[in-house]
Amino acid sequence: MGIDNAAKVEMYRRMVLIREFEIAAMDLFKRGEIKGAVHPYIGQEASGVGVCTALEVEDLIAGTHRSHGHNLAKGARPDRMMAEILGKEAGYCKGRGGSMHIAAFDTGSLGALAVVGSGIPIAVGAALAFQMKGQSHVTVPFTGDAGTNTGNWHEGLNMASTWKLPVVFVLEDNKYGVSTNIRDATNIEDLSIRAKSYGIPGVRVDGFDVLAVYEATVEAVFRARSGDGPTLLVTESYRLEGHYAGEPEVYRERSEVAEKWKHDPIPSFRRILADSGVASSDQLDAVDAAVKAEIVSAVEFAKASPEPDSSTRVDYIYA
Amino acid sequence: MTTIEKDATSLGSTTPVMTPDLINQVGSGVPSHELSYQEAIREALREEMVRDESVFLLGEDIGVHGGAFGVTRTLFDQFGPERVRNTPISENTIVGAATGAALVGMRPVAEIMFVDFSGLAMDQIANQAAKLRFMTGGQCSVPWVLRMPQGGGAGKSTAAQHSQSLEVWYAHIPGLKVVFPSTPYDAKGLMKAAIRDDNPVIFLEQKFLYSFRGSVPDEDYVLPLSECDVKRTGSDVTVVASGYMVWHAMLAAEILAGEGIDVEVVDVRTVSPLDEDTIGASVRKTGRAVLVAEACRSYGPTGEWGMVVMEHAFDYLQAPIVRVAGRDSPIPFANSIEAGVWPDSQDIVKAVRGVME
Repeated sequence: MGIDNAAKVEMYRRMVLIREFEIAAMDLFKRGEIKGAVHPYIGQEASGVGVCTALEVEDLIAGTHRSHGHNLAKGARPDRMMAEILGKEAGYCKGRGGSMHIAAFDTGSLGALAVVGSGIPIAVGAALAFQMKGQSHVTVPFTGDAGTNTGNWHEGLNMASTWKLPVVFVLEDNKYGVSTNIRDATNIEDLSIRAKSYGIPGVRVDGFDVLAVYEATVEAVFRARSGDGPTLLVTESYRLEGHYAGEPEVYRERSEVAEKWKHDPIPSFRRILADSGVASSDQLDAVDAAVKAEIVSAVEFAKASPEPDSSTRVDYIYA
Repeated sequence: MTTIEKDATSLGSTTPVMTPDLINQVGSGVPSHELSYQEAIREALREEMVRDESVFLLGEDIGVHGGAFGVTRTLFDQFGPERVRNTPISENTIVGAATGAALVGMRPVAEIMFVDFSGLAMDQIANQAAKLRFMTGGQCSVPWVLRMPQGGGAGKSTAAQHSQSLEVWYAHIPGLKVVFPSTPYDAKGLMKAAIRDDNPVIFLEQKFLYSFRGSVPDEDYVLPLSECDVKRTGSDVTVVASGYMVWHAMLAAEILAGEGIDVEVVDVRTVSPLDEDTIGASVRKTGRAVLVAEACRSYGPTGEWGMVVMEHAFDYLQAPIVRVAGRDSPIPFANSIEAGVWPDSQDIVKAVRGVME
């Protein structure tokens, strides 16, 4: 799979960017500066970045309530992202969406569609439009393990496979739907076998391994662009933080989480890059420092931005 | 507000026969042709599909079969399976797919076989399509039309899961427009407007009206999506109605004219956004309001229209507002008990006489 060193370092940078963004967002949330909810993507960075690195700008992703990472992986700017979740006019959605409904259309992100499973049919429809217009773009709806139990998901896979639509269904199995372990919510161990009932490939990869995710996505995207229809791509992942920032996590043992932290995808990928000579430790330190500075200035930008003017309260309801 | 309670046992076979000349919307001398309500919708779809290649249809059995009520019949032959697209029975994904296609430049017209089935699609309608433009700060728009046959009609006997009138489900959701035409002329002009509009439009088709005939102009025309239409002018009492009830109101007005009562009929052909000004102006003129809907009485359209009258014409009222509405009941199957569920022209006549006393 042809991916050069610079691209690998960029994948690392985006993973660190997501991690630092989420740490900053959780901090702001716990101090009451972000209202509503923050659902951190910490632990799943390799999945979103691996997938989105295999996409073009014109390819569309559709996210979930946990989509800061998907947006950033697709190329959204952290300053406008942070402004959005602080409810500011300079945010991508002008403060109308917030953390759970954030979208950045100019990067090819239909954004967070926060009712679990609801992004699936929309991504299917966008893929239908691409097919009808003779365009070679693909759509990539993300969902968690819990989303695969929705009617949306099954209807969407059925329709997309029937019409051979250019969709890559990414199932990020982070093991929990809020507090419910997926093993208590479905009768199968390997969620990728659900692809069989739709006559499409079901591929399962290590969701902590960004290169494995990337390579599997490239293959699925190639199949989609070739007119051969959708793929179900399961990234075996883990949510290293709670369902939302500050969530008490009474449903899992601390030891389980601690064990998963040992496989944190960011230091793992950093070691791979350094050991294989892709980038030196110093270069990667410089990436880390630059990202941290970018997040600091994103937070400053967001805090300094004005809230939407009350006179604009009913804007954008109708076109 | 007071309410006319229907006595089902007294209705019997009094359901009046409708004639097309009750409503004439095309002036004499204007080149026109006659269509049924069903044909008018089809003609609008056909013309818009010819005019704009981004318009396509999707829904259950809309292809060769032509849809449950035949509205899309022959369109499959003309436009083929890509643009007249049969879907699996997946209401939520039919609507969601329409939304996704609309986001990237298409103008889908989706069909849900009966409005009663639209509960299966409610997330995609109410949470997604209606809100996407707003919650993304105007980054997108969702230009689709969702066609849904609704309501009942004497002798149709489609019962509780195939006969409801659900316009208020959708009128309650900001971001949606809700259209409910009563005539072939309105159906064609509103469908063309709905397809060209950049918002998600719920297009409700009264099933009993499919066979109703009327004239439509030969030339292209589009009706506004935000106006009530005064179907008959009068000076004594305003009857506000929509869908099939407009015909009952027009027939009642004919009967009452014979008694010297001059009825104005306001057709709420766009349920939402509601044209409050036309209702208000009419009642300020007549001083009396009778509100008629096929939908269930409680929390139904008549309650909303009544408050519009209160807000726009309270000081002009010469009698209490009266509503004539469907019973708060599931729709039964047997003719003998189905007949009493919906209002008809006789109920309207009685209500108008009441407010004139």
